[in-house]
Amino acid sequence: MTASVATAKRFKPGEPVRVRRAFPPGHIRTPIYIRGAEGVIERDCGDCVNAEERAFGRSGLPKLPLYRVRFKQRQIWPDYAGPANDSVEIEIYANWLERA
Amino acid sequence: MANLPDDDVPELARGIHDMGGLPGGAVDRHEHAVTLWEKRVDALLVLLTRKDVFSVDELRNAIERLGAEAYTSMSYYERWTASIAWNLMQRGVITADELGRRMAEIEAEGRQ
Amino acid sequence: MSHGHDHGHDHDHPAGSTPQHHPFQPDDPPPTGHYQVMAVALRELLIEKGVLGADEIRAQIERMDARGPHLGARVVAKAWTDPVYKARLLADGPEACAELGIELDGMRLTVVEDKPALHNMIVCTLCSCYPRALLGLPPAWYKSADYRKRVVREPRAVLKEFGTELLSSVEVRVHDSTAELRYIVLPLRPVGTEGWSEEKLAGLVTRDTMIGVALPRAQ
Repeated sequence: MTASVATAKRFKPGEPVRVRRAFPPGHIRTPIYIRGAEGVIERDCGDCVNAEERAFGRSGLPKLPLYRVRFKQRQIWPDYAGPANDSVEIEIYANWLERA
Repeated sequence: MANLPDDDVPELARGIHDMGGLPGGAVDRHEHAVTLWEKRVDALLVLLTRKDVFSVDELRNAIERLGAEAYTSMSYYERWTASIAWNLMQRGVITADELGRRMAEIEAEGRQ
Repeated sequence: MSHGHDHGHDHDHPAGSTPQHHPFQPDDPPPTGHYQVMAVALRELLIEKGVLGADEIRAQIERMDARGPHLGARVVAKAWTDPVYKARLLADGPEACAELGIELDGMRLTVVEDKPALHNMIVCTLCSCYPRALLGLPPAWYKSADYRKRVVREPRAVLKEFGTELLSSVEVRVHDSTAELRYIVLPLRPVGTEGWSEEKLAGLVTRDTMIGVALPRAQ
């Protein structure tokens, strides 16, 4: 990891963000279907243990900011058959988010 | 997905567990009771993680590494059992040797 | 997005039968499956090595058995009748449950509220995270590959299979529990329940209404 994620400016509710398009192996809690999608911060969930690191038996510290992010279904699936307002909300760790 | 053409997604990168959005069939809503052996496995995973023998992240990681065929053909609690065994061996709490011997004994005697 | 190899559901079987190729057996059969044998061996070895106690394991099973949808139903019914409690529940799920004597053992319960123009659904696409400390063990279908695959992609089709249809003016919001939070839906209180006691209201709140695949109905 390059810049310390823990000290980076926190996202605020309402801020537009994008999920990074990266495909590392390992224990990743950012589902592949959401990578590259753009959404909006719904809430700041506080700092949580880094599951990607804990999965290998390490401490998972320092904790990472965790956010709930809301996406319009049509942002995720270009051919989504349902109404335009339908949405998905997911918790995403800060290291997977960038400003949109 | 995510406004990208299909061939932009390296499907090889998708873990077998990472299945959100994939095509599937009708949801089988048949209910079945959790059996005693399954409840025991559930208790083991709760207690072992609570006591920090290993973390739930390590447990999930081992399940994700089972391999596609095993993941799809094993039942939910079979996967947890395999993961608990793996993680206990990883942490040196048990050895493959003692586990294997005990399993052979249990099978021979029909113990529960 | 293509996937060359799709096994559909994850082979859960009717009550009493063991997975894969074993014939029907009564509940709690002697271990015949490879992993059932392994599970017995693990339990024995852990007890012998003093890592866990037999009583401890038994107590944890009982603890888990005591959790179930009836606990969530109490919480929902109280929220329906007491707007101030509801506000506390939405702000801090574990604290509000503790008020009712329901201890969640550190589970970060997050209650998502249905509104006339919003319907919530819960899934864990990556594994099967579920608000166990409140609702008990999840149903097999919640953990199934078909549910995990489809509900984020086509929630309304899945709802229809469960007998639930919503107007297109109602937003369907799917919550994928990927990290620390565990969710229940606070369904809309059904019309025609004015003046009902909390106990009577709780009777309308099923597991499926708190996962969000069903809507509570006044009978």
